Amino acid sequence: MKYKNEMTMIVKSLSENESFVRSSVAAFCLPLNPTIDEITEIKTAVSEAVTNCVVHAYPNTVGDIVIKVKITEKDVKISVSDRGVGIDNLEKAIEPFFTTKPEEDRSGMGFTVIESFMDSFKLERNKGAGVTVHMTKHIGEKNIQMVGEENAWAR
Amino acid sequence: MEIRSRIYSNIMYVTMSGELDEHNAIYSKTTLDELFLQSGFSQVIIDLSELEFMDSTGVGILIGRYKKLKERHIPIYICNPSKHAEKIFKMTGLYNIMPKIN
Repeated sequence: MKYKNEMTMIVKSLSENESFVRSSVAAFCLPLNPTIDEITEIKTAVSEAVTNCVVHAYPNTVGDIVIKVKITEKDVKISVSDRGVGIDNLEKAIEPFFTTKPEEDRSGMGFTVIESFMDSFKLERNKGAGVTVHMTKHIGEKNIQMVGEENAWAR
Repeated sequence: MEIRSRIYSNIMYVTMSGELDEHNAIYSKTTLDELFLQSGFSQVIIDLSELEFMDSTGVGILIGRYKKLKERHIPIYICNPSKHAEKIFKMTGLYNIMPKIN
């Protein structure tokens, strides 16, 4: 697929970067003319993936998180990768309410939220270490009638 | 992230504003737990009208507070969630334990 624009960000697995990353990814997607709902869904999905890296991939340590975003005219493709401890059972990890840290008040719903807010979602083991969350979303079908009311550009 | 509260007629009203994510998780948990140490209320209403962002971390935090207050038979109600927070609450079944009120 031919992409119109691409970007890669590398941040440390610090929770203070979550807001920066989700806002940056959302801003990068603005040329696709998304609705506010679509922007919020992308922000949330990215936030879930980055939180996973902060909490689970690098427990008690800090490592790199690599976020790649590619856009076409109407689609956005996002990947969030870490080189952390990895996930033993990928299928189990994506089950709703599954968490390895129930004592920390974790909902276990991160991947479920990603799945519901994005059009496609895949969890993959990296060669060497860590995992990558791949997600895509089709943007902007509803925009024609929404210009001026719910269009993110109008904010 | 800012959390404000007041007690009126046996009800504790809590307003959460800002962004509720992992970065604000510990602050949110400890602040809510400290507020709930007070006496003089028999139910809690959490107003989310000023919440600008929330992901599933927020749900985990709310469920944790629910468990603590359940031991004291104090129910929690949610009011004014954004359309987006509402989606996450419905997806996670949060309203089954913390009903939404107007």
